[in-house]
Amino acid sequence: MKLIVAIIRPDRLNEVLEALYRAEVTGLTVSRVLGHGGETDRVETYRGTTVKMELQEKVRLEIGVSEPFVDVTVRAILTSARTGEVGDGKVFVLDVNQVHRIRTGERDELAVTPTELVES
Amino acid sequence: MTRLPLLLTLQDAAPAVVPADTAWMLVSTALVLLMTPALAFFYGGLVRSKNSLNTMMMSFAALGVVGIVWALLAYSLAFAEGNAWIGGVTNALLAGVGTEAKGTIPHVLFMAYQGTFAIITAALISGAVVERMRFGPYLAFIALWTVFVYAPVAHWVWGGGWLMTRGVLDFAGGTVVHINAGVSALVAALVLGVRKDYGRQAILPHNVPFVLLGAGLLWFGWFGFNGGSALAANELAGLAFTNTFLAPMATLVVWVLLDYFRTGRATAVGGATGIVIGLVAITPAAGFISPTSALVLGALAAFPSYFAIVFRSRTKLDDSLDVFAGHGIGGLTGALLTGVFASKAWNAAGNDGLLAGNAGQVATQALGVASSIVYAAVGTFVILKLMGLVTVLRAAPRSEGLGLDVTQHGEEAYTNGEGSILVMPEAGPVGAPAHALTPQPVAR
Repeated sequence: MKLIVAIIRPDRLNEVLEALYRAEVTGLTVSRVLGHGGETDRVETYRGTTVKMELQEKVRLEIGVSEPFVDVTVRAILTSARTGEVGDGKVFVLDVNQVHRIRTGERDELAVTPTELVES
Repeated sequence: MTRLPLLLTLQDAAPAVVPADTAWMLVSTALVLLMTPALAFFYGGLVRSKNSLNTMMMSFAALGVVGIVWALLAYSLAFAEGNAWIGGVTNALLAGVGTEAKGTIPHVLFMAYQGTFAIITAALISGAVVERMRFGPYLAFIALWTVFVYAPVAHWVWGGGWLMTRGVLDFAGGTVVHINAGVSALVAALVLGVRKDYGRQAILPHNVPFVLLGAGLLWFGWFGFNGGSALAANELAGLAFTNTFLAPMATLVVWVLLDYFRTGRATAVGGATGIVIGLVAITPAAGFISPTSALVLGALAAFPSYFAIVFRSRTKLDDSLDVFAGHGIGGLTGALLTGVFASKAWNAAGNDGLLAGNAGQVATQALGVASSIVYAAVGTFVILKLMGLVTVLRAAPRSEGLGLDVTQHGEEAYTNGEGSILVMPEAGPVGAPAHALTPQPVAR
């Protein structure tokens, strides 16, 4: 199993969630984060104060998946989060040592949903 | 039937400025002007936080743009002597608008008072195009709309135009302001198209307390809108004021009950909306009907708008803040019910309505409603389509996603400054001439 961490634009979150839902990837964690991916700085002005917004709002997704679902998930994120401009974000795929499902005590592959890739 | 005949009769009797009337109209003008910032809060609270400043600026900007257009040209087109369709240009650039009496108040004050109406009417339309229209084209649109749509309709009903001659009753602007703005909003929403997230994800109000604050301030300002439309501190102003006090109370209660029976909850956004619908509906009737009728009118007005809003949200029509269901349908209901409840016993300068045995008044009201619907729809459509030929009306999808606050205004409503780097001004310390520190090479 793997942990997929994706940093995406907040305004693409809805598209990404839709794509993941369609790929039958359930179970994920979403958090709002600040970050910078090399995009042009946004300049804001408040009366005489001009500031460069160095950090942009981003959304971080964390998804634990079983091996057959790694590619499916990554592909779903790549296609749905892309706008083609700098700042679209990144997807990281990390190895995971252990996973435990708190409710049932199941571990590892059994604890990440879904466990089997349903060919359609 | 409405303002000018009243003015003329007063003019015959008292050609001079009356201090009491002037005092009330000074207050009324300030009250109505406050309605536009109030609308900014009402609308601003209903949109997502990333678009809240843009939405509020759409109202605030009308204070500037429409106010100037009004003073320079539109006032004359609406109120200067002209033909049945449009006023003249004798008062353009405020020529001949001095401190002499217009009715019983100074002419300049009359112009300013009417200007506040033009401003809020244009700002009302913004609710249909929020979260997607570019700010520059919006400003151009409200300027053109004030000249080509608002001024003619105001002339028809109040400035001595053909609807006034036919006896259409519109005390404070049910037709001129609300139907006009509501229909224009509907057309603008259709021309602009739906927001990219519309129907795909929940678009929720970001600050409901703002919505309630806006509704409260709108009600406060509306006392000047309706009470001031008597253009004097007299019995009629008292009647219009009281009806403005009563009608929204009935609408508020009925609206909340409808909410309660339909969903099992009395909502705050619903309550705020109910108040505004009640105010809209009583506007054309305020000085023509009895206070008891006002309560009934207010209660009845809740139904069409309530169900119009419920229905609209299930369609592909993205009239984002329901300007048509609120002001269009609410104004229409009020205008028609004016023809039902009007009574000469309460305003001799008005007319009797259906309940007083004059069924024809309902037909007269329908004529006023229908003609303004057609004109507003065609006018708005033509203006937006012509503008579309020379500029882009809509923000790019990227910028819509990011929010119009950042992309149109370079500001955010709720920022904590995290990740922001101060850009030092290029010039030196305050007081030192910039060129002394950074000599500019002479360009040849």
